[in-house]
Amino acid sequence: MNEHQQTLLEFMRQQSDKLLVQTLQHIGLTFISLFIAVLIGLPLGIYISRVRKLSGPVLGIAGILQTIPSIALLGFMIPLLGIGAKPAIVALLLYALLPIVRNTYTGITGVDSNVKEAAIAMGMNKWQVLFKVELPLAMPVILAGIRTATVINVGVATLASYIAAGGLGEFIFGGISLNNTNMILAGAIPAAMLAILFDFLLSLLQKLNFKKIKGAVKMAPVLLLILSCFYFIPSAYGSKLTAGFTPEFMGRQDGNLGLVSKYGLKIHTIVISDAVMYKAAKEKELDVISGYSTDGRLKAYDLIVLDDDKKIFPPYYAAPLVREDALKKFPQLETTLNKLSGLINDSVMTELNYRTDYLHQTPERVAKDFLQATGLYKPQQQSNGEVVRLGSKIFGEQYILTNMYSMLIKGYTNYGVETKTGLGGTKIVFDAMTNNQIDVYPEYTGTGLLAILQAPQNVINRLQSSKDSTYAYVKAAFDDRYKIKWLKPIGFNNAYALMMRRQQANELHIKTISDLNRFLKY
Amino acid sequence: MIKVSNLIKTFGQTHAVNNISFEVAKGETLALLGTSGCGKTTTLKMLNRLIEPDSGTIEVDGQNILSQAPELLRRSIGYVLQNNGLFPHYTVAENIAIVPNLLKWDKAKIEARTNELLEKLHLPKEYQNTYPPELSGGQQQRVGLARALVADAPVLLMDEPFGALDNVTRSKIHAEFKLLDELKRKTIILVTHDVQEAFLLADRIALMDKGQIVQIGTATELLFNPANDFVKDFLKEQHLQLELKTIKLNDIWQYLPADGRRINTSQLAATAGLWEALDTFKFYPRENINIINQQTREVRSVTFDQLMSAYSCFKNQVPHE
Ligand SMILES: Nc1ncnc2c1ncn2[C@@H]1O[C@H](COP(=O)(O)OP(=O)(O)OP(=O)(O)O)[C@@H](O)[C@H]1O
Ligand SMILES: [Mg+2]
Repeated sequence: MNEHQQTLLEFMRQQSDKLLVQTLQHIGLTFISLFIAVLIGLPLGIYISRVRKLSGPVLGIAGILQTIPSIALLGFMIPLLGIGAKPAIVALLLYALLPIVRNTYTGITGVDSNVKEAAIAMGMNKWQVLFKVELPLAMPVILAGIRTATVINVGVATLASYIAAGGLGEFIFGGISLNNTNMILAGAIPAAMLAILFDFLLSLLQKLNFKKIKGAVKMAPVLLLILSCFYFIPSAYGSKLTAGFTPEFMGRQDGNLGLVSKYGLKIHTIVISDAVMYKAAKEKELDVISGYSTDGRLKAYDLIVLDDDKKIFPPYYAAPLVREDALKKFPQLETTLNKLSGLINDSVMTELNYRTDYLHQTPERVAKDFLQATGLYKPQQQSNGEVVRLGSKIFGEQYILTNMYSMLIKGYTNYGVETKTGLGGTKIVFDAMTNNQIDVYPEYTGTGLLAILQAPQNVINRLQSSKDSTYAYVKAAFDDRYKIKWLKPIGFNNAYALMMRRQQANELHIKTISDLNRFLKY
Repeated sequence: MIKVSNLIKTFGQTHAVNNISFEVAKGETLALLGTSGCGKTTTLKMLNRLIEPDSGTIEVDGQNILSQAPELLRRSIGYVLQNNGLFPHYTVAENIAIVPNLLKWDKAKIEARTNELLEKLHLPKEYQNTYPPELSGGQQQRVGLARALVADAPVLLMDEPFGALDNVTRSKIHAEFKLLDELKRKTIILVTHDVQEAFLLADRIALMDKGQIVQIGTATELLFNPANDFVKDFLKEQHLQLELKTIKLNDIWQYLPADGRRINTSQLAATAGLWEALDTFKFYPRENINIINQQTREVRSVTFDQLMSAYSCFKNQVPHE
């Protein structure tokens, strides 16, 4: 435990620059949006307390806005506002709105009607009644709403990193992707502390007696503004092109670190989630993104992959992984599975993924269409009762491959097939295989090398991102360690890749990462 | 000073105020008396435009109140609310200073006036900086009164100002109220459902029922000349006490025996009420009290029995309808 804390502290010390920037961005994001939410929510709350029949619809809409999952809301913002600070602030603002509007409304309608009547009877006009009576008396309730909104915002602001708006989410989600606990904690602990701190400070403000609140209320907007200033909007760079990389990519040697060390690439980079990255590239919010080379969106958004001419991205060639005891039990299995070998290259796989991910065809149909087009498809044979168990991870490409294997086994052998799709990530599906719950699943050489074997750096360097040597290495190691066999590669390489819009790449004559580097330098 | 003509106000199906007319002379106190829901508060609120009437006119000082911005009108009319309506977030001093601040008085003037009122209303100076919820009901009521009086508005509207008080406190405040010089020069409309209070504090009483004025007149007129059974019934329960409180010794002066033995005993002015005279008797045999008629400087000494028989003579002589 002690040791663990040490390393966390070390990490935080090491990354203190980033930590400070992210924390300030986080505070800034929280309070800019809060400030605007107060600017909108307070008058809106007052207004619906005057025009009561609007209160139902307004509170209803604000309530619905709050039930939209944060990621989805951020996603909706991209076509409207692009990526970066603007959509993040708007999304946060929408979340903060409900508690502020609702509490302003309840606070004001809750003011003793006798007191209000007295104020009118003394000869106050409606503004005087509002500012001298209603708002001061509703203030504790309103502050409670602002307090709730603040805590919500500190939490949701972690998601801002998904759309390149910075904040502590960069560490949190980067850490999750990289399975780096220290990194997660370096983001999560400050975020939690911010929430607790602001909650505490606002609770103090709430407890002040009426007298002092009068002064404090005047100070509050100023304070909010100052806190908001922590956030400098990061789009004010002069770089020619803008890159958007996932948190995972940012932290990996075979990702951004390699781009910097091997290519010397210097590009204005923002951190963004995989879910919105492609879209942002299409919308010209980003020019260069880190993606997977067979992703269907490549085709959907007309992006091209830049050639990795210095070979920093390890090969991720897909091949079926089979338990050796299953190969013995099902003698025809190996030849059947190898029928796909060499048939699917990168662009074919991209096309197939495009059909499932983008055209929403079922993986089964896509698989069948492909097998029929290549003449491999055969109708199902009589089953002899023996069953091959197929597994897959939880994404489209794996579903398609598993479906193809299933059809091939049924068509060419008389084994039955049982599929266990959706086995989460690598760890889950591989555990299922070593525990003899599945016989076959498609895996990638890079994953085998880095995630499963966790090969040491010197081995990785030695393999030099070569397709064949990597395949040979994992094949030997798996056989040795797990009694699991890599069959022949299917053909495509689903590796990390840098991508650009086809049109822009053509205009700038950029084909390789080195081209990109040259363009950026001159 | 105040002239109300044909005032009507309905809330949906409820005829809260149904064609009311009355006048209040300058310096006079009129009580609006009636059971709960008869439209007293509604009538009162129409006078400072907290409620706008459906029809009818209200003039204050010969001027239609609609001719003035409601805020300005209200600053010239003191108003004591049924439930005091003090600002819980203002101190006592700040509560009292509300109207002066709206009228942009300078600080020193506000402070002087506040102190003056606190003293007149028997509120210790230390209370200036406390908040209303920390005060007793009686004290809150006094602050409410101070707030209505502070700008010395010529008209004062009071909605059951003593309604929430216990009997002892109420009698005490009633007594103070009668002595308060500030109130003597004001035109006051006092809403109450308490007959005793109306009789004690008002010059004239308007007895209301179902949004209408059933009878308007002095206490004596209501007591001895009720317009109908409603008035009679309304006063029946406390009739004797009311009569005794209403009848002044002056009223029965002519029936008091002039030949009573003058001994050294309690003295009472003839302007006092019969109730007070009866109250003075200590009830030992053949006790006398001396009643002095200030105008004629004549003194009549009477026993309890003589006083009571004078009272019954007076009653027989007053015309009943
Ligand atoms: N704002 C309103 N909306 C609807 N009805 C009302 C409203 N104000 C008063 N009323 C109705 O008008 C009638 C007269 O009400 P008002 O408040 O004038 O009575 P009140 O004589 O002051 O009674 P109380 O002694 O209980 O204060 C009542 O029936 C009441 O329910
Ligand atoms: Mg009332």
